[in-house]
Amino acid sequence: MTSTTCVECGSELTISDDVESGEILDCDTCGTELEVIGVDPVELSKAPELEEDWGE
Amino acid sequence: MNVGFLYSQIRADEKLLLTELRSRGHDILKIDVRKHQFSIQGPPSEFKDLDIVIDRCIAQSQSKFASLFFASYGIPVINDPMVVERCSDKVKTSLLLANAGIPTPETTIAFSPESALETIETMGYPCVIKPIVGSWGRLMAKIDTRAAAEAIIEHKATLGHYEHKIFYIQKFINKPNRDIRVVAVDGNAIAAMTRTSTHWLTNAAKGATVDAYDIPKEVASLVQKASEVVGGGLLGVDLMELDDGGFTVHEINPGTEFKALNECANVDVPSHIINWIESVANKKGETR
Repeated sequence: MTSTTCVECGSELTISDDVESGEILDCDTCGTELEVIGVDPVELSKAPELEEDWGE
Repeated sequence: MNVGFLYSQIRADEKLLLTELRSRGHDILKIDVRKHQFSIQGPPSEFKDLDIVIDRCIAQSQSKFASLFFASYGIPVINDPMVVERCSDKVKTSLLLANAGIPTPETTIAFSPESALETIETMGYPCVIKPIVGSWGRLMAKIDTRAAAEAIIEHKATLGHYEHKIFYIQKFINKPNRDIRVVAVDGNAIAAMTRTSTHWLTNAAKGATVDAYDIPKEVASLVQKASEVVGGGLLGVDLMELDDGGFTVHEINPGTEFKALNECANVDVPSHIINWIESVANKKGETR
């Protein structure tokens, strides 16, 4: 497991070692959706907002 | 095989597919659709050795256009752009189902607020108005009264972009608090689940509870036929149960999610999907 911080609230996040770029995670503290934009080291950004044509 | 994995987000569903591909030793090129450019002159060199592309873009517009490019590059893509086009647009899907004689809810399209209101009044209440492109139960309205019809039509005509001025109006189906999602590959059902909610919208995204569903022959047959009319592929076919014991197909999803299905059904869904993708890649490889 790897530790990093939420880009919104700064809380510590524990992330699985098999996390990969493009993966979406939720911050357990503030609820923000985060996107993994780098894996070595782990880098997060706020995930893109829902768009009208997203889905199945 | 060399697999191109086209994505914009790696959700649990994508993670399941990637894990399965890696466990089988396939070479994977992850293609973030947001970071690549697609030229009409031809593919970038990194795409040239791909045997197949699995399109898991979260946006239907990304899938619609990116799949066109892979097809034009001669690279097999799941799903084929024709399938994406037919399933992403509810008007096209409804026309294909109806013309093939596959039971689907009565649906009428109108192009003006006045015509939309007249349609609704003729169809009767309650009825449903849907965006022609959309998912996860968003922007759908169950219309119970003329007052509600007038308000919703005005909102769509005023606030939405031009596609919201195509009024897709459908008869409300009095289903038993649930609908059925079948995930199929080229019409062959892998597994199915019911999505149950006291709300009329029974999308899992809207909080419906899911349970495994044993697929009766009639449903399997409808899924086969529905898949055939849109061109096959990896699809999430949605059905509702009717009062007379029959079924109606109300939606076909070309970018089907399956995480919830994988958890509730006693079936390894990603394994079945990759089995099928391997067979598609092998067949296409023989003819390329």
